[in-house]
Amino acid sequence: MPSRSGSQRPPGSGRSSPERGLLLLLLLLVLLPLGDASSAGVGHQEHAGNHTAANGRHNFTKKPFPVLSLDYHHIQTPFEISLWVLLASLMKLGFHLIPRLSNIVPESCLLIVVGLLVGGLIKLAGEKVPPVLDSRLFFLCLLPPIILDAGYFLPIRPFMENIGTILMFAVVGTLWNAFFIGGILYAVCQSQPDLNKLSLLPCLLFGSIVSAVDPVAVLAVFEEIHINELLHILVFGESLLNDAVTVVLYHLFDEYSAAGPVTVLDAFLGVISFLVVALGGVLVGAIYGFLSAFTSRFTSHTRVIEPLFVFVYSYMAYLSAEMFHLSGIMALISCGAVMRPYVEANISHKSHTTIKYFLKMWSSVSETLIFIFLGVATVDGPHSWNWIFVTVTVILCLVARVIGVIGLTYIINNFRIVKLTTKDQFIIAYGGLRGAIAFSLGFLLDDGRFPMREMFLTAIITVIFFTVFVQGMTIKPLVELLAVKKKQEAKRTINEEIHTQFLDHLLTGIEDICGHYGHHHWKDKLNRFNKKYVKKCLIVGERSKEPQLIAFYHKMEMKQAIELVESGGGVKMPSAVPSTVSMQNIQPKKPPPAKSAERSLPQLPKGREEEIRKILRSNLQKTRQRLRSYNRHTLVVDPYEDGFGDLLIKKQKMIELEKKIKEMNNYLTVPAAPPDSPTMCRARLASDPQAYSVKQSSDSVPTIQVDLASPQSPDSVNVMDEFRRAKQQQEEEEEYQGLMMKPPQGPSGPNKPGEADTTRDPQKLTRCLSDPGPSADEDEDEPFLS
Amino acid sequence: NLRKRFLQLSGNEETISREHLDTIPALAENPIKAQIIEAFFDKRNQRGDEAGAFQEIGFEQFLMVMCHFRPPTLKMTAEEKEAMRKEKLRFLFNMHDTDNDGTITLEEYRKVVEELLSKSGAIGQETAEAIADAAMLEVASTNVPHMAPDEFYEGITFQHFEQILKGLEMESRMNIRFLDVDTTTMRCGRSTS
Repeated sequence: MPSRSGSQRPPGSGRSSPERGLLLLLLLLVLLPLGDASSAGVGHQEHAGNHTAANGRHNFTKKPFPVLSLDYHHIQTPFEISLWVLLASLMKLGFHLIPRLSNIVPESCLLIVVGLLVGGLIKLAGEKVPPVLDSRLFFLCLLPPIILDAGYFLPIRPFMENIGTILMFAVVGTLWNAFFIGGILYAVCQSQPDLNKLSLLPCLLFGSIVSAVDPVAVLAVFEEIHINELLHILVFGESLLNDAVTVVLYHLFDEYSAAGPVTVLDAFLGVISFLVVALGGVLVGAIYGFLSAFTSRFTSHTRVIEPLFVFVYSYMAYLSAEMFHLSGIMALISCGAVMRPYVEANISHKSHTTIKYFLKMWSSVSETLIFIFLGVATVDGPHSWNWIFVTVTVILCLVARVIGVIGLTYIINNFRIVKLTTKDQFIIAYGGLRGAIAFSLGFLLDDGRFPMREMFLTAIITVIFFTVFVQGMTIKPLVELLAVKKKQEAKRTINEEIHTQFLDHLLTGIEDICGHYGHHHWKDKLNRFNKKYVKKCLIVGERSKEPQLIAFYHKMEMKQAIELVESGGGVKMPSAVPSTVSMQNIQPKKPPPAKSAERSLPQLPKGREEEIRKILRSNLQKTRQRLRSYNRHTLVVDPYEDGFGDLLIKKQKMIELEKKIKEMNNYLTVPAAPPDSPTMCRARLASDPQAYSVKQSSDSVPTIQVDLASPQSPDSVNVMDEFRRAKQQQEEEEEYQGLMMKPPQGPSGPNKPGEADTTRDPQKLTRCLSDPGPSADEDEDEPFLS
Repeated sequence: NLRKRFLQLSGNEETISREHLDTIPALAENPIKAQIIEAFFDKRNQRGDEAGAFQEIGFEQFLMVMCHFRPPTLKMTAEEKEAMRKEKLRFLFNMHDTDNDGTITLEEYRKVVEELLSKSGAIGQETAEAIADAAMLEVASTNVPHMAPDEFYEGITFQHFEQILKGLEMESRMNIRFLDVDTTTMRCGRSTS
């Protein structure tokens, strides 16, 4: 124990926290067996208590009033649950404090080891290990959060694009695995004297249990290797959808293993049952999803309970599906996926964050608990080790998976546009991890009908350990070795969004021209149906009419606005890349509007030029001084406090710079300057970092508008080349550090050229690098079917 | 079969004109219908370096445009895939660059966004402009990070266009499933090697 806990101590950190953690941990581990001990003892105590109470009623003796008493069994169950959850969370904390370890070994392996140790500890203390991986607990409490999390954040677009492949792998692949493993295992068992009594159906049942790829394990391992989206969605989608197959096969073989041979009718009914289970699950989930979306339409006055609806409806979908023995996992997935686009359009931003974090939190804790319990149950479970059975199982699992994947890919590649390469196939085969679902299903087996249950369990556990440890640990280096494409970390840019939409329409159009109804065509039809009818009922108010590009743009602006605030107002927006480019660089050169007084001026005589220069200079000084005081007094306090500090710094710099400009006035070589250039310059200097104000413009585009403090002179437009050149020269000498401003976008059409010009003034832009802010979250902004 | 479709569209004549394509009912819903039709008649999408537009196109030119939508085959090398991606991106670029000056200016880009949003109801023109401006800004920032404030970003050149759409992996996305035509045997001019 000390060695393991000792390893938790992060190098070089303070002494108090690891020690405290250590103490807490020891306390936990001591309390757990204690808790279980008292749970064992509590049964006796209760009876004894009842008797004494009964006796006590006859002769009530007065005892001194207990000031402090220990009543453990009163709180026992919640206490134990909390202890386990706490243990799981502390483990998770601990692992991330040791960076080297978490790079080599995936978290799931470490957690299983912890579970083993805890189980061992409990056993050493002589207590009975609690049946932690009880199937009811597992299927009703531990599994749903993980699946809901997966379903809610499922990237719909890649999922739908690859749905054919995924279904093939899930259905046909799992069937192949089950029958292959079951059949060959049966043959092997027949040839062994001690395993003779194992008939075909139990073998097939075993095969079906052990062949299913487990979503929990896949998630846990794949999340750390950051593989490209296609492979991730293929393996993950397969692990989710094969639940239906597993459920059907399991029940089928379970029912008929006692009832004798399976007839053709039974097989046929099995197929029907599969369709019912799968489609029924999806339907139940979709119904609840729509209900939830509809409910969220009315929650504008009770924002606080919005997340609750999401969770409760989804859980009810799961339970309803389980009630009819339909596929609960598929119900959860479809509920989450269906409700998400509508709910997200309706709920507030905070609710969205709440949902996201609660889901992640629950699924994370669940996952950790599952792995720990797996370890504990391994130590506990009755084992019956049979070398041949177990090794054959493990080998068969691998072989079946590889053959299955290769065979299926060969068939599938004829239908795919982008074919799967050998590397892809290898990763898919290698990523077929088994996990706790298999174990729980094995645990559910009835001991009476399956005398070999313990052997099954042992074999299942071995397979799980093998896949999680060996495959889980080696997949990361293999991915590196094979140079498999990794996930792109970059956020979606607006250009990509525009072009994705554009492509969609383009491809639909081309398909229409070609006259064949490919999947773009149907997708387009579904989208239009969605927009026309469904969105109207499910999304509140006018957001139902918002096209997806605009919604994306709003989201992006919102994000950047938040970033702006968080980084203290020093960020130019919008841009993902630090650059000095601003709106003025891209505004096209427009001919100045007619109402401006100064047009292309004739050449002025030299004397006149000199005069003008003098006027300019003096005005510059004056206006600068004027403006300086103007600045200080009329400074509008930044509504976001953080930016204020920056502001002051900038103002100081500006003052210094103005001094420099005064010195450099000799170099002012302003050629034919327009007569209203003082206004020009005033406006130029006016574009100083002064007032920030966030205004919601009248139309629905939220932009951050930086108001220029001094009045904009509408006739201060000057886009002449000469003037530009002059300013360019000025600019080279000046070193003006100021904040770049984005001119307000929005309904200010005629002013736009003016503003563009004024802000296009000689200000070299300092790039105030914003701090990265909250780490880029996984891009879950995937729209529903584009 | 594409040949049959061509004849069907052209009314059994040898060439198709814009009106033929215009009358396809399914295209009516498409917001970028005009651009798509124009792309078929754009000389830049054919082999060779001419510019301008045809008035009518024959089957060969029709096929040539269709060639841009081939999926990559398994046996392609990395360079071939890269070439194919360039080809597809070039097609898109030509669709945006209507005045054929080699760059997509802000006006042209605005028009693209406007068209995209055209069928989606009453969207203010300012919104479309705002989106196009933001997108243009992004292109400029990514490609020319350090511009002096009075330099002017002329427009998106083809290199910049490639750069910003690097993440989208055109060769996997811009594809049509040609069920009846074996695309590997389609003679597609300079791209096949």
